[in-house]
Amino acid sequence: MSIPIPKTIKKTQITTAQAVTANRLSDGAVVYLTDQNTWSAEIDDCQIVNDQGVAENFLSLTQELSGGLSGGDQVVGTYLFKVQLDGGRALPLSRREIIRTTGPSISFGATAAPKQPQI
Amino acid sequence: MCRYDEFDHAFVAERVDQFRGQVARRVAGDLSEDEFKPLRLMNGLYLQLHAYMLRVAIPYGTLSATQMRMLAHIARTYDRGYGHFTTRQNIQYNWPALADVPDILDDLASVEMHAIQTSGNCIRNTTADPLAGVAADEIEDPRVYAEIIRQWSTLHPEFSFLPRKFKIAVTGAPNDRAVTRGHDIGLRMHRDLQGNPSFEVMVGGGQGRTPILAKTIRNFLPVEHLLSYLEAILRVYNQLGRRDNIYKARIKILVQSEGEAAFAEQVEAEWQQIHNNAPGALDLPEAERNRIAAYFAPHGYADLPKQSPILDAALDTDPAFAAWVESNVQGHKQPGYAIATISLKPHGGIPGDASAGQMDAVADLAERYGFDEIRITYKQNLVLPDVPKADLHTVWQELVDLGLGTANAGRISDIIACPGLDYCNLANARSIPIAQRISERFTDLQREREIGDLSLNISGCINACAHHHVANIGILGVDKKGVEYYQITLGGVADENAAIGAVIGPAFEEHQIADAVETIVDVYLNERETDERFIETYQRVGPQPFKEKLYATD
Repeated sequence: MSIPIPKTIKKTQITTAQAVTANRLSDGAVVYLTDQNTWSAEIDDCQIVNDQGVAENFLSLTQELSGGLSGGDQVVGTYLFKVQLDGGRALPLSRREIIRTTGPSISFGATAAPKQPQI
Repeated sequence: MCRYDEFDHAFVAERVDQFRGQVARRVAGDLSEDEFKPLRLMNGLYLQLHAYMLRVAIPYGTLSATQMRMLAHIARTYDRGYGHFTTRQNIQYNWPALADVPDILDDLASVEMHAIQTSGNCIRNTTADPLAGVAADEIEDPRVYAEIIRQWSTLHPEFSFLPRKFKIAVTGAPNDRAVTRGHDIGLRMHRDLQGNPSFEVMVGGGQGRTPILAKTIRNFLPVEHLLSYLEAILRVYNQLGRRDNIYKARIKILVQSEGEAAFAEQVEAEWQQIHNNAPGALDLPEAERNRIAAYFAPHGYADLPKQSPILDAALDTDPAFAAWVESNVQGHKQPGYAIATISLKPHGGIPGDASAGQMDAVADLAERYGFDEIRITYKQNLVLPDVPKADLHTVWQELVDLGLGTANAGRISDIIACPGLDYCNLANARSIPIAQRISERFTDLQREREIGDLSLNISGCINACAHHHVANIGILGVDKKGVEYYQITLGGVADENAAIGAVIGPAFEEHQIADAVETIVDVYLNERETDERFIETYQRVGPQPFKEKLYATD
């Protein structure tokens, strides 16, 4: 899927690096907007925007365009979130976005192995 | 157990078909998310952090073995092999794919279940005492009335778009195991001065950012007038409840702003008008009550002696079993039988979670030892309500093999926890790891026994889904500049003596919270007088000794 985002948007103030995220319509999985303006489940693929004005325009265009998509390319609830760069990799800053990236912080389902009671 | 009639079957099937079409149109791009969202929510489908979440109603918390097996089947086939039982007698699946949801709803319909009215601003799944029909202190089975409310409220055209969600709980006993004062409407049965069963009607309870206990607006409502009175309350709320501010939209805010007496007067006036306009139209005829009550008729209990030599021998020789009986088994109204709570709180486990295998195995136990019935409790546990005393030891041994034999019902590790930031889109902080960490501190069952009855609830945000306000020890997760902090309240009570806990002081960091709970327990053990429960000690000594230890500077 490719979203035609204009390359030339007037730059305004520089703020923290940000990326665009959403949930995939088909299963709710977390996805990130890539440099190719596609959606990827890997945060390493995300496109990083350093300019707040660019980011906001970017988001609104993404939201507008994602509404018209169909099939497996559809996403829900796009928004910007802050990241920090670590050797070129984007790392989410907030606990919420870290958990969205890595999944629940606990073992669950078949992987959960609760301790037996000590009598 | 109640059964669907032809209308119910047709209605649920029609809703599933409608939703199947709505999903198809959404995927095809013919419906926008704004158009689709209210439709999916009407069918219990939320979008959370990582995936969809489907909330399925378990009316009045009663399941047959067949229904439990279907819940296991759904967990195994469409999800990741487990489900999460909630305080409001629902089960939540955390990972369903959108395209599978119509099939899940079809499967649920095949066992007379659905996910309707588990979301949205409507009357939600009506909850009831999980010990309904078997509790020794019961006046009448509350499920009869919960079922009547279910039938009345399902797609009620006047009450499908209320100012906010609306929750009703019913208990047929004076001892409250359904947190009736924590609901928009709580109904607690008493006998009136003539000895007739009647309801105390409590209105305007709720948790969230403004915790309020429901106020009694009628002490004795004759049961035949239940629906007309509920209709009067809902009409007043529908007319006067605020729709301009989501934080002030619950009926608790209306009752508070109008004043309890003025609100009651308006309800009585509306009730009178209902009677005048259509005398008797909403009365519950005795014959109809009896027809529904027949669905919940007592099982064909055997004529068993009150004492079981087999049970007595096991209690004498197996201390671990004796500990389980002490905490997890309650008296039954029928001699020779017992009520067994299956803890879904193994130490270090996730409160309320059960695997598909465990669900299947519990269904087997219910068939073999319990008249085919399972209950879901406010405490996020399961109950086998009808176990012959002579079978208790065998049942417990099987539960231990399943990882379900923890002897901690009502104890400090029997923690209520919401999904928190590990799953929930609204949460500010994680609940589950905190619950796990605290329960791991209390793996020594002797210590838990020494501490005795103590409720500890953890909510991951101010919405308070884990009811931390009414826990003896309540923990609320908050976010402070990206860091999880946990605020403690002490003194909450969820039973017939309901109370809202008070914040004890500044919040603790994540790594401090388990130590803080231990400190609270140590203060209690140091301060308590003989046989005093935690809440009794707290009410006697107040918060000061706890504050002093928790915030000691040395």
